[in-house]
Amino acid sequence: MRQDPLIPMLAVVTDIRQDTPDVKTFRVVGLDGKKPLIHIPGQCAMLSIPGVGEALFSITSSPTNEEYLEFSIKKCGCVTDWLHAMEPGQQVTLRGPYGNGFPVDTDFAGKDLVFVAGGIGLAPLRSVINYVRHFRDRYGSVDIVYGSRSKADLVDYQEILDEWCKEDGISVHLTIDNPQPDWDGHVGFVPNYVKELGFDTGKTVIMCGPPIMIKFTLAGLMEQGFPRDNIYTTLELRMKCALGRCGRCNIGDKFVCKDGPVFRLDQLDQLPDEY
Amino acid sequence: MKKCPVSQLDALFASVAARQKLYIPAGEAKTAAFQPWQEGMKLTDALNTVRSAKDLFFPQVENLVNFKVTGKQIEIIENRDPSEPFVVFGVRACDCRSFDILDKVFLCDPVDTYYKTRRENGVIMTLACTEPEETCFCTAFGIDPTDPAGDVSCWMDGENLYLRANTEKGETLLSELPMLSDGDAPAADKTVFDRLPLKNLPLDKFGGEHMMELFKYEKWAGLAESCLGCGACTFVCPTCQCYDIREFNTGDEIKRFRCWDSCMYSDFTLMSAGQPRPTQLERFRQRFMHKLVYYPSTHDGEFGCVGCGRCLQKCPISMNIVKVAKTLGEETT
Amino acid sequence: MQELIKAKAVELLENGVCDRVLGWKAGEFFYDVTPAVFRSREEIEKDFVFGPFCGANMSKYLIAESRKEGKIAAFLKPCDTYSFQQLQKEHRIRRENVYAVGVQCEGMCDIDAMKAAGIKGILGADGDGGTLTVHTLYGDKSVERKTVLAERCKCCKSKKLLGCDEIIGGQGEELESNRFAQVEKLEAMTPDERFAFWRGELSRCIRCNACRNVCPACSCEKCVFDNPASGVENKAAANSFEENLFHVIRAFHVAGRCTDCGECSRVCPQHIPLHLLNRKFIKDINELYGDYQAGADMDTRPPLVNFQTDDPEPSVVHERGSEQ
Repeated sequence: MRQDPLIPMLAVVTDIRQDTPDVKTFRVVGLDGKKPLIHIPGQCAMLSIPGVGEALFSITSSPTNEEYLEFSIKKCGCVTDWLHAMEPGQQVTLRGPYGNGFPVDTDFAGKDLVFVAGGIGLAPLRSVINYVRHFRDRYGSVDIVYGSRSKADLVDYQEILDEWCKEDGISVHLTIDNPQPDWDGHVGFVPNYVKELGFDTGKTVIMCGPPIMIKFTLAGLMEQGFPRDNIYTTLELRMKCALGRCGRCNIGDKFVCKDGPVFRLDQLDQLPDEY
Repeated sequence: MKKCPVSQLDALFASVAARQKLYIPAGEAKTAAFQPWQEGMKLTDALNTVRSAKDLFFPQVENLVNFKVTGKQIEIIENRDPSEPFVVFGVRACDCRSFDILDKVFLCDPVDTYYKTRRENGVIMTLACTEPEETCFCTAFGIDPTDPAGDVSCWMDGENLYLRANTEKGETLLSELPMLSDGDAPAADKTVFDRLPLKNLPLDKFGGEHMMELFKYEKWAGLAESCLGCGACTFVCPTCQCYDIREFNTGDEIKRFRCWDSCMYSDFTLMSAGQPRPTQLERFRQRFMHKLVYYPSTHDGEFGCVGCGRCLQKCPISMNIVKVAKTLGEETT
Repeated sequence: MQELIKAKAVELLENGVCDRVLGWKAGEFFYDVTPAVFRSREEIEKDFVFGPFCGANMSKYLIAESRKEGKIAAFLKPCDTYSFQQLQKEHRIRRENVYAVGVQCEGMCDIDAMKAAGIKGILGADGDGGTLTVHTLYGDKSVERKTVLAERCKCCKSKKLLGCDEIIGGQGEELESNRFAQVEKLEAMTPDERFAFWRGELSRCIRCNACRNVCPACSCEKCVFDNPASGVENKAAANSFEENLFHVIRAFHVAGRCTDCGECSRVCPQHIPLHLLNRKFIKDINELYGDYQAGADMDTRPPLVNFQTDDPEPSVVHERGSEQ
């Protein structure tokens, strides 16, 4: 068959893990059983079920995982409903990777990193966090602030407890919106928690979460004096081609699929606020 | 340069069409279109076709790929629309420039092979303009309508069609046409182009430098106020290339196709998570900002408009890029 | 006429009758006027126009405008007033938020008709009465006004201004119109000929939705063709028949509500005579249920939503079809 960037490859879902009531993590390999594509943290791929639709998702596994790709996907629409209903062994189509990804080997190198995530927003950051863990000596201190509505809504909770929390030089700060009986950790919204933690303003901040969380966290960071060119976030817009052509994710002179999804705050300042 | 008597035009078309498919602008002025040439078909009286020559390279609907889904198995099936060598005659200088713009979108890495195949298969024969319409403003973008580009450039006067090959493809085509003889076109009379009312469209303020200033410009609300949110401007535009990818279940297979889409449509950017362009103001602004600011910003200042004037003629409410450019231009100077 | 209207617009604004005015704004040329909302005397004096190219049906805009705060004055031509009343009947326009000024109309011109008459590079036109002098890039040409009237105006159904708060230019009458002549021609065709006619015309459709978006009867908050949940949403034909069905379905949906304003055909970039579909429905309704003109009054029940014991039976479709 003649190749084109719009023609996907086939892949198979080998494992499905229920992460939270509305988030599942899908393990995907090529038909040959190997990892189907090479990516950098923060990049995305187009997954589709022919007849249902195609949608862009963050690759949540780290590039250092050489066996498979993982996608943590929240149930929130036509394609995701279908993905949530399927069983292991299902074939899907895959194309990518797309986007710029995080500057893990350049701007982040040697820096103290603060990851701030809310809800499903941890998914794109998980790739970076695990990459950073793998090459731990290339980075300074690592702080992870992660919040969700409830304990059950914390994505990758087991991995966080079993691996991240136990690793030297990584501080994990978990929070949930409201108190609940089996929770003895912090309670409260992420923006307030970030403020309370009072990070050094020289640290690099990497944020991902719902717009309301981003908005208030940012206001707090600005108040504390973090420079805008040291804060990174990811954008999510509707996409069809992921090649910078179909026009949907165009903001100013950028296409989120190609020039993003990772933007520094000072870069976003130069763009229309249509996201 | 070659020439052929106008009386021999049918023979020339027949000769081209004998080798590959030939499209010429034909039909009544109101509905002129590039149509496959047939014996007896005449060139349209209209200066330009309703739809642009873009259609032949980036059709409104085209198949991408098919899938067959059986249980958990998926099969990918080639389903490209066949593309064969063709010649399109009578492309105006404005439409010809649109290919430079489309090329930069579709032929950059990773190459869109559907478009590329058609570009490779197509030979473009342009036709110089002699009688522009009042809606023409290609000259504002530095296009010379009396000396169009293309694989072969053509000039026509009352007696002869003059042809000049500009590329290897063009040379090959002309070498296969026996009715051509040597001859030079008389110098074009350009005076009418100096009288075009829109030739001095103010464009100095556009491009990437003033992006945010132009984006925040308060007069967008008034400009967009009566926009109906239809896609007429988009679909007749030679440079609009936004598309949608959709699927159709034939009952047996899933046909994945792409079709033109319009940033003027309310569902263009709609997501389950929200709508970044909630009203017609944002959608309207996007279309014009893209042509006058965003595209030039990433393409060395080249505008995403060629001044063909189709949107001036076709907008149901007569709102168009000229009115936008003039309103924005006047305020920011 | 234009001066009368402009003076009225200023008066209504300055007397506080309304806080904005819906009218037509001058363009680059004399014919490319745009519907616009004016908010000050200065805006009106600078840009307000009324002339032979003010074809847009302003009632469409009143759907949204009348739901905003304040009161808007609108200048409505006779055919606009039919839509105005019809939309009130459908509870789409809030009458109390509109001050309606009826303006008499001599028929609107069609720039494409001028171009079809072989006139190129049109820069301006003037002249009263029957003959227009058209200024072009290639010198002056003269043309009979009646030959460049919009198709819909050549067979105008009525000059009556309905349900207005005041009238400029005098009240008009319903006219003897031959507007069904073209429908009769279609009816006289064999089914195969008619099928071929519509397939040919509709094959030019580029699915730009201009006909739908301009149509006063298309006032749904969300069209089925835009709604992913409807199952029939599409923006391009997956096969060569879908576009055809779009227009047929739309004609069905506006049947009995279409006032025959002709906007669909005016705005079609491909000059598809879409109004003929609607007119066929109007003619059929007249024949099957008695004469009915949508928008002509505020009281009568539309025949398609009104049950009467002598309504034709569904078999009428078969019977009328087999007459041919």
